[in-house]
Amino acid sequence: MNKQPIIETLLLSAGYGKGESTTVVVDNLSFSLYEGEFALLLGCNGAGKSTLLRTISNVQKPLSGEVKICGENIENISPRELAQKISAVFTDKTMAGGLRVEEVVALGRHPYTGFFGKITKEDKEIIMSALSLVGMGQKSKKYLSQLSDGERQKVMIAKALAQQTPLMILDEPTAFLDLPSRVEILYLLRRLADEQGKAILLSTHDVEQSLSVADKLLLFGDSDRVEFMPTQVAIENGAIDNLFISRGIEFNKQTGRFLPKLMI
Amino acid sequence: MSKRSIIILLILTILLFISNLFWGSVSVPIDESFNILIGRETGNKMWEHIILQSRLPQAVTATLAGAALAVAGLLLQTAFSNPLAGPSILGITSGASLGVAVVMLVSGGAIGGISGSISTVGGAFVGSLITLGIIILFSMMVRSNVMLLIVGIMVGYVANSAITLLNFFASEKNVFSYTLWGMGDFSSVSISDLPTFAVISLLGIVLSLLLIKPLNALLLGDRYAANLGVNVKLTRILLLLCTGLLTAIVTSYCGPISFLGLAVPHVARLLSRSSNHHTLLPVTLLVGSATALLCTLICSMPWQSGVLPLNAITPIFGAPVIIYVIINRSKIEYFN
Repeated sequence: MNKQPIIETLLLSAGYGKGESTTVVVDNLSFSLYEGEFALLLGCNGAGKSTLLRTISNVQKPLSGEVKICGENIENISPRELAQKISAVFTDKTMAGGLRVEEVVALGRHPYTGFFGKITKEDKEIIMSALSLVGMGQKSKKYLSQLSDGERQKVMIAKALAQQTPLMILDEPTAFLDLPSRVEILYLLRRLADEQGKAILLSTHDVEQSLSVADKLLLFGDSDRVEFMPTQVAIENGAIDNLFISRGIEFNKQTGRFLPKLMI
Repeated sequence: MSKRSIIILLILTILLFISNLFWGSVSVPIDESFNILIGRETGNKMWEHIILQSRLPQAVTATLAGAALAVAGLLLQTAFSNPLAGPSILGITSGASLGVAVVMLVSGGAIGGISGSISTVGGAFVGSLITLGIIILFSMMVRSNVMLLIVGIMVGYVANSAITLLNFFASEKNVFSYTLWGMGDFSSVSISDLPTFAVISLLGIVLSLLLIKPLNALLLGDRYAANLGVNVKLTRILLLLCTGLLTAIVTSYCGPISFLGLAVPHVARLLSRSSNHHTLLPVTLLVGSATALLCTLICSMPWQSGVLPLNAITPIFGAPVIIYVIINRSKIEYFN
């Protein structure tokens, strides 16, 4: 394992608002992620998963503490360099239906291309290898609008791969997908962590399916303290049991599923 | 879109440009027109005047204005992630019109021509820049692009109500000249005004070409664009300034031309089958010029009542395009 973490937060507090009305959703979080590690952000809506991801990708400033990417404070990194270190996948609606798959992936080369965004032969090779890594090599000439939702997300992951970043951030990338596509995407990401050495941060509500692919968990419980621990530890010491306990949902170790408290 | 189709489009645009020189409401023999254009003496001062002082500046104006309005529409559609955005929907055209109305109607009969005078140009500039300032201000407060479009429509309504009020109190003569300007006309840029018009519109067109890379990133939405290293706020402000400049220069000289900004980017997308601005932006410029030249040609046909107003023709091309894309939007790639 590399000595230097790919991402590291030091006593990071994140939230929104100013002055008196500040809402803290993440308090004094310190965690680090190394090459090839896959971490999940789990918790209810509004628990602060997206806020943490936005803070880590420098879209919003931390309330206190710092975020380091490959040992460097993100506030000292230029937007172009940061785009070479962190790639992102969301479920945002795009206007890119009229772009071909290879053109969408080519956008991932933005942080490397010149003023007019001209794609070189080398960029082209990176784009095609990113597409074949996600299994979309055959569809490079299709329009994005001709693809299924699952295929579109694979293309966005290929775009993130073309960005050639050590860290990939995915904010609920499987939100609108059917079950087979969800599982497929999760295992694809696991493979990318193993084979490409990507550090992956993924927020999701598919707790049951994603637990089996993740090395580490960031648990967003009821308090603003976020707990960071290996997946196995979280299952064994009961940390995961209480994730949704205030909502009447409990983790059942035998079945590996979350169920309403009364039914157990 | 293949290189060959772009060349065909270019040739078509050039042919339309040439037709505008040889064809008009007054008939000039083709060989004489040719002689005048290459600078040979023909002895007919009226023909020389028609070709060199009227048709030539009008064709150049149509070429530039068509390209300018079309690209302004494209920039707005990408900037606001809304394929139905255009300079008039955001109130920029109305702002420019209000500026012109204030100058034409308030300053009394002092203005000689119906358009193109320094004060009307200034009025349109001030009007569209104020509207633009309001839109930029709101774009910082309103996150949603759709909401911003509605704000633009509201700003347009307010500008139009001010115009109505001005018209109500204005003299008959001024209302008439304002109404005439409002019908749209590419012949209103005289040969002496042409350099100013050309420099400013080319400036805006060049600026739009410099924004191709961030425009492509914006197709994925703000969050993705920011992650790709694009300064979204700065890009958006540059896009709006560029659009404002292009709309103001065309509107001040030629009147509020309808539909070119809204419809041409759609024709360009359908022709090129691409949303990639590397192809789409040049094609939009060409289709904009070609459409404007075609409309001018139709307006200057030897009709009995002389030259037709431009805004009588542009909706005949523009409206069916918009209705077509709305009806077929489930089959059109860039809507999905």
